[in-house]
Amino acid sequence: MNLTIEKAKEFYSKMLLIRRFEEKCIELYSAQKIRGFLHLYIGEEAVAVGLMDALSEDDAILATYREHGHALIRGVGAKSIMAEMYGKVDGCSRGRGGSMHLFDAKSRFYGGSAIVGGGLPLAVGMALADKMQNRKRVTVAIFGDGAVAEGEFHESLNLAALWELPILFVCENNRYAMGTALQYTESQTDIYKKAESYNIHAKQVDGMDVIEIAKAAARAVEDIKDSSKPVFLECLTYRFRAHSMFDAELYREKEEVKEWKEKGPLVVFEQKLKELGLWSELDIEAIEAEIKDTIDDAVTFAENSELEPLEDLEKFVYSEVSNG
Amino acid sequence: MAETTYREAVRAAIDDAMSADERVFLMGEDVGHYGGCYAVSMGLLEKFGEQRIIDTPLSESTFTGAGIGAALNGMRPIVEIMTVNFSLLALDQIMNNAATLLHMSGGQFNVPLVIRMATGGGKQLGAQHSHSLEGWFAHIPGLKILTPATVQDAYDMVGLALQDPDPVLIFENALLYNAKGELDLDAIPLEIGKAKVEKEGKDVTILTYGISVFKALEAAESLAKEGIDAEVIDLRSLRPLDDETIMASIAKTHKVVIVDEGWKSGSLSAEIMARINEQAFYELDAPMSRVCTAEVPLPYAKHLEDAALPQADKIVEAAIKTVGVS
Ligand SMILES: Cc1ncc(C[n+]2csc(CCOP(=O)(O)OP(=O)(O)O)c2C)c(N)n1
Repeated sequence: MNLTIEKAKEFYSKMLLIRRFEEKCIELYSAQKIRGFLHLYIGEEAVAVGLMDALSEDDAILATYREHGHALIRGVGAKSIMAEMYGKVDGCSRGRGGSMHLFDAKSRFYGGSAIVGGGLPLAVGMALADKMQNRKRVTVAIFGDGAVAEGEFHESLNLAALWELPILFVCENNRYAMGTALQYTESQTDIYKKAESYNIHAKQVDGMDVIEIAKAAARAVEDIKDSSKPVFLECLTYRFRAHSMFDAELYREKEEVKEWKEKGPLVVFEQKLKELGLWSELDIEAIEAEIKDTIDDAVTFAENSELEPLEDLEKFVYSEVSNG
Repeated sequence: MAETTYREAVRAAIDDAMSADERVFLMGEDVGHYGGCYAVSMGLLEKFGEQRIIDTPLSESTFTGAGIGAALNGMRPIVEIMTVNFSLLALDQIMNNAATLLHMSGGQFNVPLVIRMATGGGKQLGAQHSHSLEGWFAHIPGLKILTPATVQDAYDMVGLALQDPDPVLIFENALLYNAKGELDLDAIPLEIGKAKVEKEGKDVTILTYGISVFKALEAAESLAKEGIDAEVIDLRSLRPLDDETIMASIAKTHKVVIVDEGWKSGSLSAEIMARINEQAFYELDAPMSRVCTAEVPLPYAKHLEDAALPQADKIVEAAIKTVGVS
């Protein structure tokens, strides 16, 4: 990848946007503006930014409950995401989803799903539909290392390979499923090898390096479009914060977290830009200011948005044009 | 009008739907090369090819979820689950995805999916192949639950379900596949959510669905000999339930027997009783009664299985008692 200054600015700004947005979420959670489970993506920003860079508008994305970063970068919009977390009617799911269930039809963002592994079969079907209708587009399934233990993971990989479906599987291996480290749950901790056993082209990448991810994802998307076969990317990453706002984090050493923070995505990228002599060309203050505006606007928007009227409680259980 | 089996009616409905709309496809275990575990899809692979009659591995959760994904992405899938008991392996997908996506997405993503499965006991298959769980599924908002009893409904309901923008589950009682009846391919189907009065009567209302409709009709014949004129209602759709037809019948007969192949505790029959209590309590002349499956996992031995399931003689008994109370 030829890293132009524009691309550098874009990547840096996007990673920082996720970071600052979520820092704001923590504040708002403490202020009880946001409720429910809140899972932060801090530390994993490079994956969302590198991955989304490789996708086109036509591609579809299915993510997990740790999806603020994916949604933000996909273009769901900071305002509608924030309003959703406030439970307001202008939220991307009209206040019915919350942090874990962000949906947005116009950016083909299909969740936001809180059942570990539950989105994988949907991705199989989405891709099947594209194949049946001769559409050249990719469905991306994003999931954590915890999902790998679920039967649906294995069923989905098997079907995707067997039926030669255009799916990009992206495993965000942050080494922990809540408080349980991967080595306590998997006999094979190199997850990409599991995909290989299903005859899927699979690769392990440094999940802290946005360039590496963008390159691998672009290559994967190209392969999928050429071959109409699935590709599997395992991104080795780490979450700097607790699993959710309710986690006392008793399961890992402070020292380990500190070590990973030193190779965090923003740090790594800054280092790379310095090596390339691009760092000094980034106006960090201007980037911070722009992001601050975006987030302030989102909060104001969410604050001012209305609550869905109670009379509409039973809306969207069935489609309005339903025959039933 | 022609005499057809229930199996042929379902097959004809799938065939017609697939011919009319390229987006419709059938997916499930053994639906293709084997011809369907109950021979429903026999011959369809030859006609439509492997791209549209898709044999799946034993991966209930994932192929059901794949149906949901395909529906989200513009197709009109029919997913066949061999037997209702196996639908439990797909319950996560049905309950957590199919039923919830429209609501959770604030109305953005509807799931026009049809899931068909065989249900019911009576073939001595033991507890892991014989249950009637449609009442459970009827508990879930976001799903529609259909239970075709007649050959006509077996045909019509596939088409109705495919036209519906939301997930529809069709429960076909396995004992009905060989049943014969008149099929009018051009009849205007009775819509989802409407019950049908199968036999008019004035003394007692028998509410039921699926194969029990025939047991209720048989019971009604015996009751007639005792001078009791029973009305038999085929609910057809368990969600939504047709409260209107139920209450109208009770306003006429003032007595009710509910026949449900599910277990009594926490069953659909309990829900119907509760609704009658809420909406038509003052119309009742006698305590409501119900005939359900005994509270056991269905046994293998024939006499035990027969004893466990609702049968015509038990319906007769319940109706006589109910009528006698007033
Ligand atoms: C089917 C299911 N089982 C358990 C849970 C509870 N749970 C929520 S998140 C989580 C850990 C998942 O870890 P992983 O897939 O690695 O994703 P990460 O949170 O690390 O991004 C668990 C066990 C759930 N939501 N769904």
